[in-house]
Amino acid sequence: MMDWINSIIQGVLLGGYYSLMACGLAFMFQVMGIINLAHGTLAVVAGFAIWTVSEHFGISPFLALIGVLPAMAAIGWILQRGILERSARAGQLVPLLATFGLAIVVENLLFEGFGADTRSLAPYIDTLAYDSWAIGDVFIGQLSVLIFVIAVVLLGGLSLFLSNTHLGRAIRATAEDPDTVGLIGINARKVNTVATCIAMLTVAVAGMFLGMRATFTPYSGPEQLVFAFEAAVIGGSKSLWGTLVGGIVLGVSQTIGAQINPQGFLIAGHVVFLVILVARVSAVMPAFGSLARRLRGLTS
Amino acid sequence: MTVPSVVRVERWTPGSIIAAAIGVALVVFLAVGPVFFNANLIDKLTILFIYVILAAMWNALAGYGGLISVGQQAFFGLGAYAAVRLANLGLNPFLSLFAGAISVGIVSLPMSTFMLRLRASEFAIGMWVIAELAHLLVNLDSLINGETGTSFIELNEYDVVLRHTLIYWSALAAMVGLLGIVFLLLRSRVGISIQAIRDNEDAAASIGVKVLITKRIVFALAATGAATAGALWVASAITFQPKTYFSVQWTAYMIFMVLVGGIGTFEGAIVGAVIFFLIETWFGAMGVWYLIGLGATALIFALFLPRGIWGSLEDRFGIRLLPVGYRLNWAKGSNLIGNPGKPDSARHSAKVPEAPDALPDI
Repeated sequence: MMDWINSIIQGVLLGGYYSLMACGLAFMFQVMGIINLAHGTLAVVAGFAIWTVSEHFGISPFLALIGVLPAMAAIGWILQRGILERSARAGQLVPLLATFGLAIVVENLLFEGFGADTRSLAPYIDTLAYDSWAIGDVFIGQLSVLIFVIAVVLLGGLSLFLSNTHLGRAIRATAEDPDTVGLIGINARKVNTVATCIAMLTVAVAGMFLGMRATFTPYSGPEQLVFAFEAAVIGGSKSLWGTLVGGIVLGVSQTIGAQINPQGFLIAGHVVFLVILVARVSAVMPAFGSLARRLRGLTS
Repeated sequence: MTVPSVVRVERWTPGSIIAAAIGVALVVFLAVGPVFFNANLIDKLTILFIYVILAAMWNALAGYGGLISVGQQAFFGLGAYAAVRLANLGLNPFLSLFAGAISVGIVSLPMSTFMLRLRASEFAIGMWVIAELAHLLVNLDSLINGETGTSFIELNEYDVVLRHTLIYWSALAAMVGLLGIVFLLLRSRVGISIQAIRDNEDAAASIGVKVLITKRIVFALAATGAATAGALWVASAITFQPKTYFSVQWTAYMIFMVLVGGIGTFEGAIVGAVIFFLIETWFGAMGVWYLIGLGATALIFALFLPRGIWGSLEDRFGIRLLPVGYRLNWAKGSNLIGNPGKPDSARHSAKVPEAPDALPDI
């Protein structure tokens, strides 16, 4: 019994990480309708950038992140102006092809620059990498809790930002109808650029935690992309709170799958993802996003 | 629908008849090739045929169906696995190549019912999840030994020269057969339906196009084709390592070939496969920079030349070697709007390469 409780708790915490990784992906999909296939690879770029700064100056990755954030925002600007804007004009599918090409270029450039060695940020954060609280037989990693809290703060903060600030509302309006917002004085081009920059800031944070909780190589991006995508889709395309739920569903599925069979970790995650997909297209179950909104509607 | 008498709807033009004749002659030449080709050339051409299959199948799915998938390695890997599995169960290894591919095609049908209901960009990466899952499930088969993989030992019983020649012929036959199916399908009602769906799904549905069934046909064809390619690949490589076969790089190659050759053009996929084959032969040894070059080329084509090489040539010169659409020929002396000398200027949509210039009687 204790094993199962432990699995669920670890799964929820893992889900926090997945939703953090999914945050930028879901944000860009919900705001611009673009799935960025270079998402995972860009998180790995942030991981390498933070690793380089930490290694070079001997500082904590958290400090290094502050330096890397503007760089990732700049990458967001280049991504939007150089690739997404141009490809989005050619239809919904061209951004997929373009970002797929970008991912191949970037991961191989990383390989050229950093080689095939696995890297980790864990050595730079002292004992945080393995410190944990013991509650009975259940050990709760402090880093996992930190990641979970950051995920809630980021997803919640972005949600509030979208609903309560002028810029947030402009972003949502642009998502609804990029042509019409021009009539009410919103510069859709600028808004989309800001949105991509914001997404890249969350990618930087996700990339840092990727490096802290595990190891990464230049080719780690696609796996992170798949997890992020699963979390985002399970969560539905309407709300960022849904993404948090989606991440947790994925994380719990994986840890329970691993509990059942050592090879079950990844299989269970993918199977649950597909089952939810099938259920949703058969219209049996609403997206968690809309469920979350309904629940919020009940409480407010 | 009747067509005004001043225009004649035609499919075959003198140019395309010559092109088709050259194509048939080329196939005959390739079929008798092993009599005088050396072993190296036979192996190289086998690989080229497999690339053509991969490009043509991804093009049918994405270029004509508008269904972009980054998970076609699922079918490539499953095709290879099915061939090895069936041969191990005692089926003739060459029969198992095709039986395996067809069984993967059958498996793809139930898959299509829910995958095709996804929105376009969700479908793209949802297929990737399918590929990951297929990979993990194949690893569970004790025959495969997890990531260690296994060998297609049943094929080793054949004499080396005979084996390579038989694989060559199998690949050639599969390529010609699949290209033929795509060609006939595109000329049929399904072909017109699928392009209508690609351009506007709601509008297509409103004029009576059966959206889901049409998409399923194309999805299953692309799955069967990719599985055939995977089976042929494992036949010529002998070793089956799941990681290699279920790698997303296969889809990257397909995207590269189709984007460079010309997405949505029948000839473009073939051109793209030949270009990719040559690039790999010349630059493949460069490793990482070769891959960077492939990715960058795909990116540049997606951004700046989305119609690819063949599509751009087609736009410019109105050439069409293999007639999968219709063209209007203005009768001499007609004074209708339009340029009588250039039948293809009657094309309406810039985005649609094969848009029928006149709808057939439906």
